Amino acid sequence: MTIYWVLLRRELASYFFSLTGYVIIAAITFLTGESFVQLIDALGNDPWPMPVTQMFFGTFYFWLIVLLSAPVITMRLFALEKASGTFETLMTTPVGDFQVVLAKFSAAFLFYAIMWLPLLAGLVLVGHFTNQSGALDFGTVGGMYLGIFLAGAFFISFGCLASSLTRSQMVAAMVSLAFGVSQFALAWWAKNQPVSDQWQSQLLSCFNLFDQMNDLARGAVDTRTVTFYLTTTFLFLFLTLRMVESRRWK
Amino acid sequence: MIEVSNMTKRYAGRTAVDDISFTVAPGEIVGLLGPNGAGKSTTMRVLSGFMPATSGTVRVAGFDVFHESNEARRRIGYMPENNPLYPEMRVREYLKFRARLKGLGWRRSRERVTTVMEQCGLADVGRRVIGQLSKGYRQRVGLADALVHEPDLVILDEPTIGLDPHQIRSVRALIKSLGGKHTVLISTHILPEVEMMCGRVLIMFNGRVLASDTPENLQRRMAGGSQIIAEIAAPLEALNAAFENLGEVEQYDVSLSDGDFFRCALTPREGCDLRPVVFALARQNGWSLRELTRSRHSLEDIYVQVTKPRTEEQE
Repeated sequence: MTIYWVLLRRELASYFFSLTGYVIIAAITFLTGESFVQLIDALGNDPWPMPVTQMFFGTFYFWLIVLLSAPVITMRLFALEKASGTFETLMTTPVGDFQVVLAKFSAAFLFYAIMWLPLLAGLVLVGHFTNQSGALDFGTVGGMYLGIFLAGAFFISFGCLASSLTRSQMVAAMVSLAFGVSQFALAWWAKNQPVSDQWQSQLLSCFNLFDQMNDLARGAVDTRTVTFYLTTTFLFLFLTLRMVESRRWK
Repeated sequence: MIEVSNMTKRYAGRTAVDDISFTVAPGEIVGLLGPNGAGKSTTMRVLSGFMPATSGTVRVAGFDVFHESNEARRRIGYMPENNPLYPEMRVREYLKFRARLKGLGWRRSRERVTTVMEQCGLADVGRRVIGQLSKGYRQRVGLADALVHEPDLVILDEPTIGLDPHQIRSVRALIKSLGGKHTVLISTHILPEVEMMCGRVLIMFNGRVLASDTPENLQRRMAGGSQIIAEIAAPLEALNAAFENLGEVEQYDVSLSDGDFFRCALTPREGCDLRPVVFALARQNGWSLRELTRSRHSLEDIYVQVTKPRTEEQE
């Protein structure tokens, strides 16, 4: 367990020891800021029947941020270590493969969580100036952050897998970006399918990330959504672990 | 300390190490010598527990490196080829991170880091960022990392590659000082290095161990037939005649050096030392003699001799 914390500390610190971490946070803060300018504009014009958080998910900014940030955060995790050779020094210390994968994933996820903190400030501002209790409450903000974290875990765990497949950060980033975009496209397609009772459309609705996010932002936590994100995250982490172990039989 | 028996490592379609066996006793400094692609790095990677052998067993300090991997790894300090480090970390911080990873407690790791930093001459760069250090310092950081948990076995893959002569000297001195307390296995393709540091040499070629002995023994094996070089100022005909008459000389070759001096390369008959004979010859004739040396067979000759037949076989 100590080894997990030692690894986690180093992984997390490596984001902040280099410029990368700050550049990512700055870029994401810029994008959330931009989305808020639009949001405030919209709030100033017409009365909106939905919580502010739901409006945020309604803009394309949220998805843009998740799709862009996950590959950038995760691309170096394994690929850089493999390319520079530090993977060898790391794996010849008495650490378990499991600890390494878990530490890397949690570091990326924590960084992702830190990255979203500035959004909270934006929400507080909106809440302060609208003076409406219904616009923003603990449930909707909590649901929104739950959605952000679930989607993040999903895309970041895939990023881990992509990074463990290759020695090149570029390849890792491209693979996880392609996955993210195709997931996004699948969700779009699922959203525009007519609802029916057939099993195909039932299955498809599992991939309808937009409506799932909308529900979460309203403060409605659907266990199906949570289960979907958590199981896929575990699946990707499990595959990553297998990839890390593969050096033993390759 | 190391017991390797019938180890084979195959990569997809290529055999990197082919059925090798050797043992290393505690406290030995052993050099793994061979050209690039001989299987040195692969052997070391298997020994360090990074990847398993395709077949055969490898035990370090009595622990199987695959089945009891963590126990074995705890006892090994490994510095891979090209000495990979995290460039964004500071020296002290990196060493402490590595010490903690290797299972040292908080207090113990602090003590050990201070000790190895002094041992490796890193005391005054502890707060510097690794990426900004010179190559020599980085190499020492790698060495300090390999030593930080007081391993029984230190495995160093080409520890002096890419260093300037001064740095090489200090790294060698450091490695030499490890003997006795630690078992050291170093790989290199630089021959003098092995002669200087190692108590024993394993010559690897094409995935096999071709020879294993002390550098001195290997030299002795080759000693019969070592040449004498003498520079003598004398008339050419007289020299030739004199060598012709000497029963001890098997072969001779006289070539003009500078001035009046001739450079004579003499091959003795089995087992005799020509040096006193040549000196007596020069004194008898009143010739002046300015150089008299026996060219020792360096490891290089041994190395070339050991690895040559196989190359020809293959061609």
